[in-house]
Amino acid sequence: MVDTVVIPLLKILIVLNATLVAVTYMVLLERKVIAWAQSRLGPMRVGPYGILQPVADAVKLMIKEDITPVRADRWVFTAAPIMSMVPALIVFAVIPFGPTVTIFGHPVPLYITDINVGLLYIVSVASVGVYGIILAGWSSNSKYPLLASLRASAQLISYEIAVTMTLVSVILMAGSLSMVGIVNAQYNQHVWYVFAQPVAFVIVLIGGLAETNRAPFDLPEAEQELTGGFHTEYSGMRFALFFLAEYANMIVVSSVVTTLFLGGWLPPFPNLSVFHFLYYIPSWIWFFIKSFLFLYLFIWIRATLPRYRYDQLMRLGWKVLIPLGIANLIVTGIVKVLMS
Amino acid sequence: MFDTNELVLNMGPQHPSTHGVLRVVLRLDGEKVVDCDVVIGYLHRGIEKLSENRNWTQIILLTDRMDYVAAATNNVGYCETVEKLMQLEVPRRARYVRTILCELQRIASHCLWVGTHAMDIGAMTVFLYAFRERELILDLFEEFCGARLTYNSMRIGGLPQDLPSGWDKKVLQFCDIMDTKVGEYEELLTHNRIWLERTKGIGVISGPEAVGLGLCGPALRGSGVPRDVRKDEPYAAYDEMQFDVPIGTAGDTYDRYLVRMEEFRQSLRIIRQATEGLPEGPIVGKVPRLIKPAAGETYHAIESPKGELGYFIVSDGKSTNPYRFRVRPPSFCNLQGLRRLVRGHLVADVVALIGSIDIVLGEVDR
Amino acid sequence: MAEAIAFYTLAAFILGFAVLVITTKNTVHSVLFLVVNFLFVAALYVLLGAQFLAVIQVLVYAGGIVVLYLFVVMLVNLKRPPEAHQDPHRMTKIGASLAAAILLEVAVIAFSGYVSAPAATVAPPPVPVTGNTEQVGWLLYTNYLIPFEIASMLLLVAMIGAIILAKREL
Repeated sequence: MVDTVVIPLLKILIVLNATLVAVTYMVLLERKVIAWAQSRLGPMRVGPYGILQPVADAVKLMIKEDITPVRADRWVFTAAPIMSMVPALIVFAVIPFGPTVTIFGHPVPLYITDINVGLLYIVSVASVGVYGIILAGWSSNSKYPLLASLRASAQLISYEIAVTMTLVSVILMAGSLSMVGIVNAQYNQHVWYVFAQPVAFVIVLIGGLAETNRAPFDLPEAEQELTGGFHTEYSGMRFALFFLAEYANMIVVSSVVTTLFLGGWLPPFPNLSVFHFLYYIPSWIWFFIKSFLFLYLFIWIRATLPRYRYDQLMRLGWKVLIPLGIANLIVTGIVKVLMS
Repeated sequence: MFDTNELVLNMGPQHPSTHGVLRVVLRLDGEKVVDCDVVIGYLHRGIEKLSENRNWTQIILLTDRMDYVAAATNNVGYCETVEKLMQLEVPRRARYVRTILCELQRIASHCLWVGTHAMDIGAMTVFLYAFRERELILDLFEEFCGARLTYNSMRIGGLPQDLPSGWDKKVLQFCDIMDTKVGEYEELLTHNRIWLERTKGIGVISGPEAVGLGLCGPALRGSGVPRDVRKDEPYAAYDEMQFDVPIGTAGDTYDRYLVRMEEFRQSLRIIRQATEGLPEGPIVGKVPRLIKPAAGETYHAIESPKGELGYFIVSDGKSTNPYRFRVRPPSFCNLQGLRRLVRGHLVADVVALIGSIDIVLGEVDR
Repeated sequence: MAEAIAFYTLAAFILGFAVLVITTKNTVHSVLFLVVNFLFVAALYVLLGAQFLAVIQVLVYAGGIVVLYLFVVMLVNLKRPPEAHQDPHRMTKIGASLAAAILLEVAVIAFSGYVSAPAATVAPPPVPVTGNTEQVGWLLYTNYLIPFEIASMLLLVAMIGAIILAKREL
């Protein structure tokens, strides 16, 4: 009873709360990092060094007037931000933060669950996340958000294909679709897949940037575009949900890339005995360090690069990344057959 | 197979990327721009008409507010035109200081240009770096004439006051700093693949076409036409300075960008020469107490950061106000080219092109 | 026991949402109910132990095909749906007779089929791997290779056809 109900519930509560707090503080992190890149300080007034800024932002957004456009479809208008946020959160059910550890004599796996089609589950949930964007644009009952949302969703779908193609090479190397299985495969094969599959790593990273509508692929929501993109008509808490969903997606992509390519919870050189002292740092701390590195990378890229025009973006996805992904898959397959 | 209607899209007057109150009405076919209509006049303050009721020295204040990004250049242009009309001799020191101030303004204006252009295309960090350097220039001006944006820093016949002591050393220090900073901007943009894709081949205009449209300044030089008023009709101390004028080849946005980036370095070269060779002498020439030019008219042009800035002044010899004061603003003439430039491009390119022509609405509308 | 409860709940939801799909006036709402319907069908697959199929159902159907439906519906439906000009019950007699005919057919097949179930003549092919995904993969690439290839050819032809139809200049 304890093992099947209480512990998973506790894990769900912890992961959910941690994710929501992390997402809120991502806002602050982004503002700070971009500010430091631009020779300024970022938020400094609210709390020491601006630590309480997300609280101020949250309060402001919650007490804002809740505007619904008159002729908008009320149910869909309300449902769209939820349909954006929920897929981002439920992915954390399969992400492994660490192996099975013993707490108070109880073996507790440091992941909520491990299904044998874990990676495919993540990809499918990501594809359902597209609905939030499409419906947001449509339910605003206005031409420009609709067109912007269709463009954004077309971008998402195109890059989903590239990423999924590339993930198959990782699956081929690991021989398993389960997330825990992939991390264990990296342990057994003595290599983090970032070294064994560098092309796949780069493709998944770029595709992840495009999936989350981050710069340099953020034209659909740039202010220099005609309107604010698909969330023009949203204000207050609903807008906040979209915003937070984007950051949650960023954390998801970071976690997935960490698990698949950087060995998840494994320390560097996990098999060499000379580096065994690294195991003193708990596994989930390693996971957070690596995910954090990717989050920082995403923010860094946003501060530095200009943005792609929409047709250049689509050209990159279809004509460069998908063929590269397929080629990578073929090469991986050939190498695997030759080496077995 | 399917009939597509043309969509009419209105950009502005309030828009994050139109650099002021500019309204551009686009006719789109899908995502391609078929035609565009530029609507100006939102910033018209009647400067030319107001000048007819101000005496010649008071007009200097009004000229500040035209190209407010590079105000000293407007002042220089106006004062030189009146000096030409009155055949006044400007002492050498004043001409050198005018050159230094004009080139500092060129750098300041190009800083603003590179910042806003890059930000429109998405590289938001360059904006803050460029404004950090612009602050240094504004500090120099504040020390000289007390103001940061609208300087009123010239008088007919020279300058209102001499340079503060130590100012030239600060200018040389600034030149050293700026050299490395221009390298920073180039590192972020010039060979960046995304920047290249967003600017190469966008808004191509050939040399003869550019001349036919009346473009001037870096927009013209980017298309390969070697026209620079500083070289062709030298004014201030430019005939004593050694500098090159960068000329582009392809006439696209990227070449206009490269021309302006190189102009940074050439301006630094001129400033160094002028500051190190600054002659002693009076700062203002022999000017009558009451400025009343004889009846006549004249046109005089200078090279402002945006292009050829020309003043046409008519004096009727009797009153202390000009009879007619007409400005030939470079941004106004360059903006005419926008319609030709945007045809066939996508909506996201329109913003890049407006930034590439580098307009200031204060000048366009006056 | 728990399985039966789960099955009947899921079936009820599936049928309920399917009815909503065909009775809603607003087309976009109809498509959204279809999405929810597909998600419940995926849950049904999980109940049957076909996890791979469940995930693929969400990925391909709910996350791909219905998205395209939604695109089309939204682009065509830019104005508010017009009020029904005609009597919505105008086809009731034809519809009811068609439904009755199909129901009769299904009943005949079901009952006569159960009376004499054919003996299993061919043993199912031995599959040397375990786990749903692995088994599906094995069967697809060994016993059912030709249908697999034909299906992919079909998809390729459809893709090329769509591009040709939509391009303005070739």
